[in-house]
Amino acid sequence: MLGRLRNLGHYSLDLFATLGRAGRLWWLAIFRRPSLGNVSLVVNQIYRLGVLSLVITVMSGFSIGAVLALQGYNQLVKYGSESALGLGVALVLVMEIGPVVSALLFAGRAGSAVTAEIGLMKTTEQLASMEMMGVDPLRRIVAPRLWAGFFALPILALMFSVVGIWGAAVIGVEWLGVHEGAFWSTMQEGVDFVHHVMKGVIKSVVFGLVVTWIAVFQGYDAVPTSEGIAAATTRTVVFSSVAVLVLDFFLTLTMFNF
Amino acid sequence: MQMRTIEIVVGAFMLAGLISLAILATRISGFNVNSEAGSYTVYASFENVGGLVVRSKVSIAGVEVGQITEITYDKNNYDARVKMEIDSDVDNISVDSTASILTEGLIGGKYVGLSIGAEEDFLGNGDEIFDTQSAIVLEELIGQFLLNQF
Repeated sequence: MLGRLRNLGHYSLDLFATLGRAGRLWWLAIFRRPSLGNVSLVVNQIYRLGVLSLVITVMSGFSIGAVLALQGYNQLVKYGSESALGLGVALVLVMEIGPVVSALLFAGRAGSAVTAEIGLMKTTEQLASMEMMGVDPLRRIVAPRLWAGFFALPILALMFSVVGIWGAAVIGVEWLGVHEGAFWSTMQEGVDFVHHVMKGVIKSVVFGLVVTWIAVFQGYDAVPTSEGIAAATTRTVVFSSVAVLVLDFFLTLTMFNF
Repeated sequence: MQMRTIEIVVGAFMLAGLISLAILATRISGFNVNSEAGSYTVYASFENVGGLVVRSKVSIAGVEVGQITEITYDKNNYDARVKMEIDSDVDNISVDSTASILTEGLIGGKYVGLSIGAEEDFLGNGDEIFDTQSAIVLEELIGQFLLNQF
């Protein structure tokens, strides 16, 4: 009994200590040392996190848009309102699926790579030797990746939505024969730039921050062994996926006036 | 890869993001910069707004000229008070105009249609439209129809 209580205490203290370290890392990397002065490092990271994730994002966006069009058409056609297909697909993509799925893909494609890279740097004591040379690893390694994720994910999410809507238009208009004018005009009538599009963008900005934060921290906090890196990479993908989905619920709850 | 190439690719990436935002703004959401240009407020009281919601459109001759910004219950008169913003370039709505709640199609959304009256005076900011027609509630209509049958 006492042993279990002790275990509970141990895990809680562990959790708080981890949260504290994560918060401190973020604070030190973002607020105390704004390192945007060294732009080329950020640009390099945007290339690796953003541009290299482009293919998977665009392909998934197209497939999801196409699937939404197929499924949505089958349901809407029963009520003779298949012209609302464009509106439905656009709202779903812009508000929910665009930000969320691109964040999940980003966690798997870019987040795991960041964790493995920083974890290996720690294991091979590159971070320690940087400190020895008087180079701050927070400024040199951590901050550029945080900023890059912050910029890259919203852009990926926007492209995801646009490509998804294009995919829905290809399937819905060209193949299933929804009237093209009705498809686009109901969409323009129903989708509001500020109320729907910008709220989706805010979501993806938050997801970008959270996913890269988790990825960087897991790498930085990894046990410096090969198993440690493996475990840290797994944790990055699991934690960021759960964080994205849970945060999405709360962001939807607060932003869309329920 | 060369830093120069990376910078060019990242530049293109950022540009593609901005283009996506522009597509979402213009082609998908029909974002209109002029819609916020200026408007004036007009009030109307209805016995029953049945399904009218905030951001429903206000139209004259079927053309959108404004939108509903607030619907409140007026407890002194036991009716619904609707606040609407009309585009300021539509400034010649006469004071005896009628506001009626109409439906788009058979099961479409509700909107307010204005029919212009004959007076020479025009509505200004904060004025009220007194001649109103409530929403047609389909259930009541069916009820009346059944009543007439028997």
